[in-house]
Amino acid sequence: MSAVLPPDGVDESSFSRLREKAGDEGRPGSHPHPSPLPPAGEGVELPQRAPLLTKTGWTAFIVAVIAVCALAPALNLLVPAASPFHMSDYAVALVGKIMCYAICALAMDLIWGYTGILSLGHGLFFALGGYAMGMYLMRQIGRDGNYHADLPDFMVFLDWKALPWHWALSDSFLATCILIVAVPGVVAFVFGYFAFRSRIKGVYFSIITQALTFAAMLLFFRNETGFGGNNGFTDFKRIVGIAIATPQMRMVLFVLTGVTLLAFFLFARFLVASKFGRVLQAIRDAESRVMFCGYNPVGYKLAIWTISAIMCGVAGALYVPQVGIINPGEMSPANSIEIAVWAAVGGRATLVGPIVGAFLVNGAKSWLTVTAPEFWLYFLGALFIAVTLFLPDGIVGLAKKWRKRA
Amino acid sequence: MIHRFLLLFALLAASGAHALTAEEAKAIAVGESDDRIAALNKAVANADDRTAAFLQALSDDAVKTAGGKVLVVKDGKGSDPVTGAEVTVPADAEDVINNNRMRGELDTALAALKLFSKDARLRAAAVAELQKEPDEAKLPLLEKAYAAETDPAIKERLGLARAAVLIASSDKAKRLDAARLLADSRSPATRSLLLERVKQETDPDVQAALQATLRGVEGSLVWGERAAAVFSGISLGSILLLVALGLAITYGLMGVINMAHGELMMIGAYATYVVQGLFRTYLPGAFDWYLVAAVPVAFLASALMGAVLERGVIRFLYGRPLETLLATWGISLMLMQLVRSVFGAQNVGVENPSWMSGGLVIGNLQLPWNRIVIIGFAFAVLAAMSLLIARTRLGLFVRGVTQNRPIAACMGVNTARVDTYAFALGSGIAGLAGCALSQVGNVGPDLGQAYIVDAFMVVVLGGVGQLAGTVYAALGLGILNKFIEGWAGAVLAKIAVLVLIVVFIQKRPQGLFAVKGRSAEA
Repeated sequence: MSAVLPPDGVDESSFSRLREKAGDEGRPGSHPHPSPLPPAGEGVELPQRAPLLTKTGWTAFIVAVIAVCALAPALNLLVPAASPFHMSDYAVALVGKIMCYAICALAMDLIWGYTGILSLGHGLFFALGGYAMGMYLMRQIGRDGNYHADLPDFMVFLDWKALPWHWALSDSFLATCILIVAVPGVVAFVFGYFAFRSRIKGVYFSIITQALTFAAMLLFFRNETGFGGNNGFTDFKRIVGIAIATPQMRMVLFVLTGVTLLAFFLFARFLVASKFGRVLQAIRDAESRVMFCGYNPVGYKLAIWTISAIMCGVAGALYVPQVGIINPGEMSPANSIEIAVWAAVGGRATLVGPIVGAFLVNGAKSWLTVTAPEFWLYFLGALFIAVTLFLPDGIVGLAKKWRKRA
Repeated sequence: MIHRFLLLFALLAASGAHALTAEEAKAIAVGESDDRIAALNKAVANADDRTAAFLQALSDDAVKTAGGKVLVVKDGKGSDPVTGAEVTVPADAEDVINNNRMRGELDTALAALKLFSKDARLRAAAVAELQKEPDEAKLPLLEKAYAAETDPAIKERLGLARAAVLIASSDKAKRLDAARLLADSRSPATRSLLLERVKQETDPDVQAALQATLRGVEGSLVWGERAAAVFSGISLGSILLLVALGLAITYGLMGVINMAHGELMMIGAYATYVVQGLFRTYLPGAFDWYLVAAVPVAFLASALMGAVLERGVIRFLYGRPLETLLATWGISLMLMQLVRSVFGAQNVGVENPSWMSGGLVIGNLQLPWNRIVIIGFAFAVLAAMSLLIARTRLGLFVRGVTQNRPIAACMGVNTARVDTYAFALGSGIAGLAGCALSQVGNVGPDLGQAYIVDAFMVVVLGGVGQLAGTVYAALGLGILNKFIEGWAGAVLAKIAVLVLIVVFIQKRPQGLFAVKGRSAEA
């Protein structure tokens, strides 16, 4: 990468602790260090596949499923507003939004925590998924907009007569669902293919992904691009023909987001425990050694990069109907870098960590921006510094250390 | 009321211009056409503003006569043309009728009045007016004004207006003459005039002459436009160079990803703002020279902040570039918020000193002085820095530590201190960049954010660990950006450049000018 840094030195030192931790994360068989040569005559003993979740893990998972699918709807819709157990609409919106962020943090963790590739462009994939959903929601407004026209309001305003070509599929929900997965996936695949094939890595890769999302933001800010320019999409009325602003619809979206988050969590768990996941972690710790062992890292990196981007796209698509707006600001480099800090605060290379981090940081954000808006940036800035200096393993890592000591 | 009249008369008498009298107004308004025109020309010869207002009213058909007196009637209200005082309009007031001859004379008189006005802006407006509708009748007037004009810009436009009249003339010789005259003009307005006439011209000789002139004018304009694009490219490149030079040290030599680099520039710009305020309050006489004091202050402010950052945060993160990136991003957020708390979220005003305003005019090119000064400044900083790195002891240490830290330490170099100095140097150069930016753009808390992506692109494109690469990349990107801007607009140009860099990095991940080595990771 540069003449200044010794090869491999970066990765080794920064992730050696993580590597040790990966070992005690309920996977007794997976020894992270390259196995010593087996004695002659004996076959190589492959590590046993770890269970998807431990017993406590499954218990916690089922509790989470019940909380999302039964408890939250009951507390919001059935318990009267006066009761102290009532979950307010504000809380539903907030938790729903943060769960979308948590999916992003989980996606970031797969690519950064487990593969060692820091992406500063995940906001782009989030926004692409959001825009795909937003186009559908704009079409669902139908003739109820301010201009009572077939076209979305901003097109009438720009005096366009017909839908641009990239809106062709936007009136079908099924096609939109495919686009939500396909668009971020294809963009990530094409970009990743060229980047990984040229062996761009480390900080170079981070900076280029930042440039990518910055360029996309500039592109989407233009009115001519056909995505509503500055204002983006807003003022949604309904989704699959049902009014979007009712408490019931909000709750459906909330449950859907929660289930998606939990499903992605299980999927990520499955990925990192598989052989594929172990190769990823080997790439993170010593890419050259992996290559000398006969693996081609490009395919592995590209696969996890695309999966991560798709997860972000799905998160964006769930985010837009709940928040009710999508604009190019979501692609600003600052947003993407914030995703990285959620993962870092919670703890990289653990799967619970990013979710915890997303909840903590965004909870603090929504509290601080209301009570003391001028302190929010100080807090966020200090968080960036404190986590990198004092909490390299994040909060989950800290909790584990304390539990071990106790 | 009386007092006000007296004051008005006193003012008019003091101004020296001959004031319109009631007799003159009457002579212009009533009587035989010949007499009226004579009176009109007499009044125009030494006219004042009130004469102009009266003539304007006359040509607008807003003048009436009643009982031997002349009145201006506008929106139903009467006023005395001589004093401007309000008077009641008698019921038997008659309209002043102007025939076509009179109208023509009035229009010429009005334009002439404006052409010879003392106010340069009015003269320019009058020329623009005359240029819009070329009329051969006004030719003598234009000739006279052309001879009398002293302002070079207006004189040029007058010449163009005269040529525009000539070129539409019915006399073939005059048209040919005009084609020859216009060949000297190098302005875009001439080009559009010629394009217009080429379409309408029927005479083959004149057509050929016009075509030749048009080709000449277009040729010179193309070079002017290209030169302008190159200049603005170099100007943008010099700013990128200043921004990237600091990064070339902190990132290129030390390997530290400093996302707060933009905010160090912002500190430099705000330091300039503070120095400006101090000069305005305590040394208003030397205000033009505040920039000279602001340069070292901006450097020191940012260098100090850089040293604090290095000692406080960055030195714990050497060898962990991704963590450095996140921590410095956090620092940048805090610095931005700090500036917002201290100076407010609004942009603050930093004025150019008077010697930096205006510009150098070469042909149809105008090169603003502040841009020229910044180009010079950028190269001066570049020269100073390459001397520092190549010739001084500190430079030697910096090179030694970046090439081989353990050996440098064995030789007795205090590597930790060299790190601090080098980082402070890079930060100080960011402060200089901020000082320069304050002269061409807005100074606000977001100043650094706008440049940070570009600056990293420059360093990445130029190749890490290279000063020369940074220079070529900065100037190249600046000029490329401005040329694409010429045909695709600013936003598309920026996107195109970013995409080009991303594609380029795929081909040459080590940048344009890479240090050759045998590292497996390269």
